[in-house]
Amino acid sequence: MTLPGMLADNPRLDRWVSFAAPGKVAISTGRVELGQGVLTSMVQIAAEELDIGVERIAIHSGDTDVTPNEGYTAGSQSMQFGGVAMRQACADARALFLERAAGLLACKPAELSVRDGNILRNGVPTAHDYWSLAPSVSLKTDATGTAARKPLSDYAIIGRDMARIDLPAKIFGQDAFIHDMVLDGMAHARVVRQPNRGATLVFVDEDAIRRAARGPISFVRDGNYLAVVGDNETAVEAAAAAAVDHAVWSDVEKPAPLQQEATWLLQQPSIDRVIGSPEPASVPRGRHIYEATYTRPHIAHASIGPSCGLALYRDGHLTVWTHCQGVYPLRGALARTLHLDPSVISVRHVQGPGCYGHNGADDAATDAAIIALRTSGRPVRVRWRRQEEFAYEPVSPAMVVKVRAQLDEENNPLDWTAEIWSGSHQGRPGAGALLLAASALPNPPPIPAPIEVPETAGGGATRNAEPLYDIPAKRIVHHLVPETPRRTSALRGLGAMPNIFALESFIDELAERAGKDPVEYRLQHISDPRARRVIERTAAIADWPPKEPPGTGRSKGFGFAQYKNRAAYAAVVVELEVEESVRLLHAWCAADAGLAVNPDAVKNQLEGGMIQSASWVLREQVRFDNETNGPLDWDSYPVLRFSEVPEINIELIDAGTDVPLGAGEATAGPTAAAIGNAVSRALGVRFRDLPLSRERIMAKLMEQ
Amino acid sequence: MAEPIAFTVNGRAVSVATHEETPLLDVLRNELKLFGTRFGCGLEQCGCCLVLIDGKPEKSCTRQLGTVAGRNVTTVEGLGTPEKPHVLQQAFLEEQAGQCGYCLSGILIAAKALLDRNPSPSRAEIAVALDDNLCRCGTHNRIMHAVAKAAARLRERAPA
Repeated sequence: MTLPGMLADNPRLDRWVSFAAPGKVAISTGRVELGQGVLTSMVQIAAEELDIGVERIAIHSGDTDVTPNEGYTAGSQSMQFGGVAMRQACADARALFLERAAGLLACKPAELSVRDGNILRNGVPTAHDYWSLAPSVSLKTDATGTAARKPLSDYAIIGRDMARIDLPAKIFGQDAFIHDMVLDGMAHARVVRQPNRGATLVFVDEDAIRRAARGPISFVRDGNYLAVVGDNETAVEAAAAAAVDHAVWSDVEKPAPLQQEATWLLQQPSIDRVIGSPEPASVPRGRHIYEATYTRPHIAHASIGPSCGLALYRDGHLTVWTHCQGVYPLRGALARTLHLDPSVISVRHVQGPGCYGHNGADDAATDAAIIALRTSGRPVRVRWRRQEEFAYEPVSPAMVVKVRAQLDEENNPLDWTAEIWSGSHQGRPGAGALLLAASALPNPPPIPAPIEVPETAGGGATRNAEPLYDIPAKRIVHHLVPETPRRTSALRGLGAMPNIFALESFIDELAERAGKDPVEYRLQHISDPRARRVIERTAAIADWPPKEPPGTGRSKGFGFAQYKNRAAYAAVVVELEVEESVRLLHAWCAADAGLAVNPDAVKNQLEGGMIQSASWVLREQVRFDNETNGPLDWDSYPVLRFSEVPEINIELIDAGTDVPLGAGEATAGPTAAAIGNAVSRALGVRFRDLPLSRERIMAKLMEQ
Repeated sequence: MAEPIAFTVNGRAVSVATHEETPLLDVLRNELKLFGTRFGCGLEQCGCCLVLIDGKPEKSCTRQLGTVAGRNVTTVEGLGTPEKPHVLQQAFLEEQAGQCGYCLSGILIAAKALLDRNPSPSRAEIAVALDDNLCRCGTHNRIMHAVAKAAARLRERAPA
């Protein structure tokens, strides 16, 4: 039998579940808490399959010494792959216990059941429970995947709202984050960053930096890697702030303003490929071509807290604490970068501020490791500066998406091409990309050839480029631009947001050409029943269609997608007003996430994705000025604020399935499209370039 | 060593012998081991480090220690505990008003300051009061609902 999800890679049952302490169950997951509530959902799954109370479960996550290797916690895959693995592991473990109890009771396992860990026979308690049986049931065995999982109809814990287990510490101001960790004898450190790969540190005015520190500090220098270390964080921070002006570098290159617009990509060399059948050379009689180009600039993860890492090198073993998304991939990258064997490195996850993808977390952990190796025996804590987070985290690449369709006389699409220009969305160290510090250390390794997330994993720039609509011929032309003005990598949804913005804008444009209502037009071209239900339900709760005629400054817009064409379905309506800038009035979303293990957590994620996407669409762009790597603070990188956020209604559609569909990234694309479509309708002119900032809107209206 | 600077934190008298220009946030976290107040930007832009100084919300990341001598500082730890939560914390738990939660300490402080001066704020007034606090996860609505819920509870409790 094929083992589900990540269980195939980590089949040993004791990697997932153990019963060492009386009355308690320890579960272990490679998935890490990023503020999405994944640990709570894992507890629900284990409690359900083991038939025990949730309060008995302690969960351990993201530790290379203990937990299963589940790669990265990313791509809305935790429930769809990690959760189903946990579910089967617990079902298999439970079956082993029932088998053992059946042997002792000389009965059939089918006569037995479990209530809060106690074994019942035909509903009557026996002398046995998990913990009394544990010494004689070995979980040091591989899962078989043969144990029957609890049927959906018997679920009592999965599918019900459960309060997040990680939230109280964050609401009561406890030591919830890696930033709050204190190790005995810990030194604080800051890095004086190499401005760019290839820049050389010519001179450091150590005296000036020491004076600014006003407390004892020391320097760690290796090649072009420079750090300030000391006992007192205030002194170290002051030194690092001053060092920016007291370190002289040669060969400094900064991105130029002309590189900040996505259209810059069109002039760059690219690695090209076609996914699907080649584009037809001619247009058959009775058809015509419609084409439109959409752009989205580079955007930042812009975590609310800067990255942080801790490390200790003692007795030949390196231990690293990190809030990154994948402890095993980071261990591999650290081993390569630091020339250590992976077996002498332990990487442990500790919660951090929301990252939404590959931000500075891996690199801050690497900084701590580099410095710890050079201050042997002493734990080191590195906390990036805010300016450092903005200037050195990987950004989400700018994208140009050109959609071209052959239409029949009624403006129905018969042949669809999405042509994409983008940097890579895959800059993760686990995929072979360099850690930031690697280029500053002596003998920097060559830059690996750019790669992109393969379509089998949902694609990177191509993610969601293929519409779910019923169109006879569809293809993607992908131009991967290897050299980008900033290091680029994964941000929530990768290419899904720009692609869905493009294709759902295009669908609205086709509907307009066809003289049809946008929702009616979508329904006319989509047969997937789950997609139809999500579209219909969203239209219903949002009281679609908008009452105002186009061009009146107020309207609603619609957007739909199934994330990766295989995860959660979501449709969004946004109502807004535009004068010079956009004011969001209300938003609605109906989504089908399959089995929602913790429905309230799913809604929280869906809504968070909508608001974050609204911020991307209305405010965000990494701008360049020849002087810096881009924005350095929240003034130059504004995000949506409380007074700009609309009320939102979310409805989860019960699909009556026990298969979860990843939901954390499902609403960003549809929201972007809904806003674009609403703005275009409200002003009676099509907007195809993001962000829909005040400047952009004013410029477009002046053109008219 | 610098002259000790005395002030009150969450009702407790403290005295810290460190440079008077040390940011209050560093003193709270590194000297007093109160880690609830978070570092977000160090630029007074995000609100993660908000505390109450004599009841007024102030950013602590650039606030010099010397300026709080003799004053009352309240941090998120001073609002309530899991055993005895502040009405705001209770409402935040009930509404599950958080995702990563890094911004929540500052937001709870801003909300406390709001409710102290306006017991029945509208949604718009809550939003304005929280506008100096950034939330990157998109939990704004849950947070605003939780603040409104806490306000309603406080009004019920208050004598007519």
